[in-house]
Amino acid sequence: MENENELGSITRREMLAGSAIAVAALAITKVTGSQVAAVAPAVTPVASAGVSFSVNGKAINLEMDTRTTLLDALREHMHLSGTKKGCDHGQCGACTVLVNGRRINSCLSLALQHQDDLITTIEGIGTPENLHPMQSAFIRHDGFQCGYCTPGQICSAVAVLEEIKAGVPSHVSADLKGPMVFSNAEFRERMSGNICRCGAYSNIAQAAAEVAVAKG
Amino acid sequence: MKPFTYERAETPAQAAIAASKPGAKFLAGGTNLLDLMKLQIETPTHLIDIGRIGFDKIQPTSDGGLRIGALVRNTDLAADERVRKDYAILSRALLAGASGQLRNKATTSGNLLQRTRCPYFYDTNQPCNKRAPGSGCAAIAGFSRQLAVIGCSDACIATHPSDMAVAMMVLDAVIETVKPDGSMRQIPITGFYRLPGNTPHLETTLEKNELITSVLLPAPVGGVHVYHKVRDRASYAFALVSVGAILFKDGSGKIAVGGVAPKPWRNPSAEELIRSGAKEFTSKLMEGARPTSENAFKLILVERAIDGILKEDRS
Repeated sequence: MENENELGSITRREMLAGSAIAVAALAITKVTGSQVAAVAPAVTPVASAGVSFSVNGKAINLEMDTRTTLLDALREHMHLSGTKKGCDHGQCGACTVLVNGRRINSCLSLALQHQDDLITTIEGIGTPENLHPMQSAFIRHDGFQCGYCTPGQICSAVAVLEEIKAGVPSHVSADLKGPMVFSNAEFRERMSGNICRCGAYSNIAQAAAEVAVAKG
Repeated sequence: MKPFTYERAETPAQAAIAASKPGAKFLAGGTNLLDLMKLQIETPTHLIDIGRIGFDKIQPTSDGGLRIGALVRNTDLAADERVRKDYAILSRALLAGASGQLRNKATTSGNLLQRTRCPYFYDTNQPCNKRAPGSGCAAIAGFSRQLAVIGCSDACIATHPSDMAVAMMVLDAVIETVKPDGSMRQIPITGFYRLPGNTPHLETTLEKNELITSVLLPAPVGGVHVYHKVRDRASYAFALVSVGAILFKDGSGKIAVGGVAPKPWRNPSAEELIRSGAKEFTSKLMEGARPTSENAFKLILVERAIDGILKEDRS
């Protein structure tokens, strides 16, 4: 029971970090225990470079491996773990962030491509004390189950409302030239780059509809 | 991803000079290139980021057309008022492709140059003449439902994945480039894509490190613009078959088909048969097709998609 209580007091993140260390320790034991002579792997020099941008209103300067994606820079260098890594290939949308107000897949962008850009992550959309209307609506309408895709869904949904307001057409817009109007069909089409394996789509659409109506 | 050095070009001239470095590659939006680099299908050792060298405007040309900068984002091109009004087929094709996030990042030239989505090209455990020339093609005897039925060869049956390029083919777009020595040229889109033959790794007629600067659209031709995409889900999926069409009041038209070949498939001499109906036109357009048993349905699908478009236009 004592152990259970201890487990209850640590966060999921700490638990996962602890497990990773345990696994790493096992791996080391295995290698040192083998009879195979250690061969130094061929080392390819790693190039690094610098970039400066703003994240959630804060100026950031980073020097890092050139291969670092914007997603990895946010999560691993700035420890903004709200943005999630799902597929890492631009297929799921869990990594969606806003760059200069426009949504992109942060996994398919090098951090170095964002010199001087203004980046907004879920941490900059709202805070627990001061939720963005889209975040409140997601809670009211139960727009998630496991929550993994939710930061991407919310960033994307916020941007979709702006895109409709700006008159950007979509695949389902009947008239390319007319003003764009929020509808369930428009929202669903525009959100097709955000996958939810729990299947909370209907509730997500209801949440966005409420915000769209409230904004007029 | 293999290590690479990175350079942020400030001007086209700087980009052109940098291109002479061994292993150099241009990086525009990166939505396709970075994906392929993660899988080590693309392994450049030097990336030249051209995201800030200009070429990001859509401007009118003296003959009434439009010059689309190579780095204009897909979203901006689809939403441009002139494109929506006079080149609706292009807006429609762009909006049928990818997702909102990808269209915000992907560029006009990158869209033209995107690589096939053939699953055997992506699976580095499989032979693929496009990825590893001479290694063979696992697709021909493999799962080929999505793959090409025409223009393909015994070495490769990959399709070109772009929706935008299908519209560009119908619009008779011209691709403008600059070479590393500073010389410029114009390539009509009909001469831009190569068929695979025995060299499927060579996909376009661009020379090494030749940079696309813009795409020219001729003056608007009017007509009814249609882009019809048939796919396995309603959104965010590559085409099984897509049809881009501009149809005129006199019954004539211009039609290209996507999802069936290594390039957007068009045959202007077949277009004389559009008035005779979908069956006659399609059999001429798809003459010489060599489908597999898994994708022969695409020939029927093309005809039915075109039939639907023609009937709707005439009703």
